[in-house]
Amino acid sequence: MSGSIKDRVAIVGMGCTRFGELWDKSASDLVVDAAYEAFEDAGVEPKDIQAAWVGASYDISAKTGMGLTAPLRLQGIPVTRIENACATGTDTFRNACYAVAAGIYDIVLALGVEKIKDMGFSGLGVGYYPGVSNTQPMLTAPGAFAMLATRYFEKYGLTYEEGKRALGAISVKSHANGSLNPQAHFQNKVTLEQVVNAPIIAEPLGLFDCCGVSDGAAAAIITRAELAKNFRPDPVYVKALQISVSADYGRVSTSYDFTEIKETYIAGQRAYEEAGIKNPREEISMAEVHDCFSITELVTMEDLQFSPRGRAREDIESGFFNLDGGLPVQPDGGLKCFGHPVGASGLRMLYEMYLQLQGRAEKRQIKNPRLGLTHNLGGQPGGCTISVCIVGLK
Amino acid sequence: MIGIKSYGVYIPYYRMSRAEIFNAWLTMPSPMKGERSVANFDEDSLTMAVAAGIDCLTGLKRKNVDALYTCSTTFPYREKLSAATVAAALDLRDSIRTADFANSLRCATIGLSSALDAVEAGSAETVLVTASDCRLGAPGGEFEQSLGDGGAAFLLGKEDLIAEIEGRYTITDEFCGMWRSHEDTFIRMWEDRMVHDEGYSKIMERALRGALDKAGLTMDSFAKVVYDAPADIRRHTVLARKLGIGKEQLQSPFFEQIGNTGTAMAGMMLVAALEEAKAGDRILFASYGNGADVFILKVTDGIAKVRNRGTFARQLNNKKMIYNYPTYLRWRNIVAMEKAKRPDLQPTSISNLRRNAKILLSLYGVKCKKCGTPQYTQAGLLSSYVMPQRICVECGAKDQFDDYPFYDKRGTIYSYTKDNLAASLDPPLTVAIVDFEGGGRAAFEMTDRDPQEVKVGMPVALTFRKLFYERGIHNYYWKAIPISRKS
Repeated sequence: MSGSIKDRVAIVGMGCTRFGELWDKSASDLVVDAAYEAFEDAGVEPKDIQAAWVGASYDISAKTGMGLTAPLRLQGIPVTRIENACATGTDTFRNACYAVAAGIYDIVLALGVEKIKDMGFSGLGVGYYPGVSNTQPMLTAPGAFAMLATRYFEKYGLTYEEGKRALGAISVKSHANGSLNPQAHFQNKVTLEQVVNAPIIAEPLGLFDCCGVSDGAAAAIITRAELAKNFRPDPVYVKALQISVSADYGRVSTSYDFTEIKETYIAGQRAYEEAGIKNPREEISMAEVHDCFSITELVTMEDLQFSPRGRAREDIESGFFNLDGGLPVQPDGGLKCFGHPVGASGLRMLYEMYLQLQGRAEKRQIKNPRLGLTHNLGGQPGGCTISVCIVGLK
Repeated sequence: MIGIKSYGVYIPYYRMSRAEIFNAWLTMPSPMKGERSVANFDEDSLTMAVAAGIDCLTGLKRKNVDALYTCSTTFPYREKLSAATVAAALDLRDSIRTADFANSLRCATIGLSSALDAVEAGSAETVLVTASDCRLGAPGGEFEQSLGDGGAAFLLGKEDLIAEIEGRYTITDEFCGMWRSHEDTFIRMWEDRMVHDEGYSKIMERALRGALDKAGLTMDSFAKVVYDAPADIRRHTVLARKLGIGKEQLQSPFFEQIGNTGTAMAGMMLVAALEEAKAGDRILFASYGNGADVFILKVTDGIAKVRNRGTFARQLNNKKMIYNYPTYLRWRNIVAMEKAKRPDLQPTSISNLRRNAKILLSLYGVKCKKCGTPQYTQAGLLSSYVMPQRICVECGAKDQFDDYPFYDKRGTIYSYTKDNLAASLDPPLTVAIVDFEGGGRAAFEMTDRDPQEVKVGMPVALTFRKLFYERGIHNYYWKAIPISRKS
């Protein structure tokens, strides 16, 4: 690849709504709240926005960019709607960054939004899907990801109990972090016993192994790196932006073993190369990864080379990924506790990295962070779309 | 000579104690004896026809079947040929004759007779006839206890016979003893004494005696006498006594194990009789319903070469008691359950179904000509058109495939989950990633399984089941079952 995004664009303003079951907010409220917080943070006016990208996985506006322009009454600007499952938010950000890096625009808006809790059912309506012919097996999202856990336990010889406790420690950590975050969907602490004894959703995953299903929006104002300091003294620079999309082979080919996400490894490798990172475990200061389910986070720790293969459990149980550990993961509570409005999640993760790098994360503040990584997994094991983004100070 | 080349049977895995039904309602002084078979929630007369057909075609070339007649009083559609769906699931040729025989409890033997006519006339060399039923008795009534669900199948032809048809006799009688109109969910019956005395007993006696007279035979010419029972099982033996049929001659109707399986009953009993038969035995076989059909069979040397020998006993003994009586009500859609708070099914796309019929109904995948990898592709994520395999998942070759059937392959569970969130009539919804012997992988819902027994490495086979019923469309597909459940 000839090009790199490293240090070519910067984030100069961000906004993020509270995530949760926002019964009194519509998608357009969330768009306005996230966008205006970002405008204010960057010190810009709506009329300064030259182009925008909006990400949403569920319907907000007849599948057009008007889901953004209508609530903000931004008349006539170019807007593209992005949809890439759970990687939607980061892909929205990526497209906006590329347009700025290409020199087409100086100042753009990337916004992800989702209003999930208007649909009247539990969980997300995804997983294995019966198809338009209604003839395929139907499985929920926790069911699809439970396939990873079943196989991971089997491959590494974990008893059901050992596996449940390793996964449980992930959720305990995320709840502890979420309890420090006033914007998080869930702000309660939980014990390991509560987690492992919770009702089973899709065996072996229990209630606390599953992330929040939430409404919310997050937004970023992006400009060229050389203009960034005109907006603020502490812009956050983009170091790497990668997407890796699966050929949906894992349910077809016996070569896939359901204990890893190969696309995460690929996207991570490319991102490290783009950012000039040799040893991610040492060099990455903190990460927000796609913990739709606890097992997803566990596997991601290995795919992103934070932990050696088969050894993430040791790092989880030793507290290496805790807020005060060697590589804090999910400092804001993660999808688990901050919540998961699908199209907004990637930008929400960036929001936390942005606050942490600027020293604005309050009770959750990590000491001297240099590089933050965000990761999303859209789809499911064996057939997914992955985003990895690395940001840092100059 | 015309006759039977092969037989097959299908007895559902699940059974229900009649005492359990009795205790739910206490509408009778005492329960009937024993238990009855209960089709799983994803089974119906069509899937049971497929299952019996698969059993019947064990080890035989499916493409040699020239006609398929399916027989049932409980077909899923009023307007749409069930035989066509069964033919697709059985991977039969498209250049075959198909017909649904329906509306009478005798329709299976009407189909059988028609099949024999076709063979005799030379318009078909082999005809597959299936009989299956899943009838409903109203809660609290006798039928709910006495009925059972099941299926049978026979392959008819002129060569390689296991039993020859020496004679046939039929009478038609417009007797209205039991009926079910287009408005009825449950079967109806006139006063039992009249139905049994004036109907079953008289008509069957007339038919059986007529058959003997026509053939010039007496009852002692037969090693076995096989005929179905009426609503009141006692009339079965009363008739035998009246006709001088000895105890050892009379084929058991398995009332205390299976129940009255309607159209399928006589056929299932005939399978049981053939399983015990030896060359040279004569069998008198009859079925009742708006008249009666009688057949005189002579077992040939071919009986020693039956490929699925023992199938009846295996299936009879391979069983699990249904969890409780309300489960039965739920499986048969007799009570309206609270709907799971999950997304509604989208309208079925008939065009998508049409395009992918071979993939979905016949469970065909492909095998790469270059690298030899068998592969089967299901609908993807989120949205989900079934994707015809154009590019090899392993070697990337384009459009270089041979057809490759998966329906008859066995596999092992590579990963699985038991999903409590998913809407299911048999929770937890159990889905397995199945790796097939010989290559290929796909995800299947599991059925006829004890959730506790499911584990990585468990051997499984495939069975044809109903997945969804949506806006009037019955959607069939394949599910995985533990190998031990496969006949």
